[in-house]
Amino acid sequence: MSDTNARIAEIVGSNNVVLFMKGTPLFPQCGFSSRAVAILDHLGVQYESVDVLQDMEIRQGIKSFSDWPTIPQLYVKGEFVGGSDIMMEMYEAGELQELVASNA
Amino acid sequence: MPMPAKDIEALIKAALPDAEVTITDLAGDGDHYAAHVVSAVFVGKPRIAQHKLVYAALGGRMGGELHALQLTTAVPN
Repeated sequence: MSDTNARIAEIVGSNNVVLFMKGTPLFPQCGFSSRAVAILDHLGVQYESVDVLQDMEIRQGIKSFSDWPTIPQLYVKGEFVGGSDIMMEMYEAGELQELVASNA
Repeated sequence: MPMPAKDIEALIKAALPDAEVTITDLAGDGDHYAAHVVSAVFVGKPRIAQHKLVYAALGGRMGGELHALQLTTAVPN
């Protein structure tokens, strides 16, 4: 396991809900990240965020770590949930609320 | 780099021949799309797996050439 993978594993392992995104929740730098933040804020869930624009290793590393080509990426309790499209689909189906509630 | 909607549809259909693909040009600029893909191949698969099948069909363009593609997937009614 590379150093970057170990760092990512540490982040997803030590935070119940963590969003890898471009920018910060207050200043998202991409529409998709902004949408992901809006969903989490709407759910009122506490989450950690990682700004991949501040860390090129994580920006590239997270894509292979998750086998997922885009950012944002949401992890809940160490499990990869998906990007903003899946978050929106799960939110509309009531599944995301359930997932974060049972993991809070 | 803009990519025509019909190219996106063609790539998806090449990999998922039964797919019904609906593409919406969100900003009218040929660069921000929403795609809705309905395929029997998705039956019984979790959402992540469904999206990965479409990303695989797009052959690595997702996240690069295709920055802004909102994706929703569904199984046929």
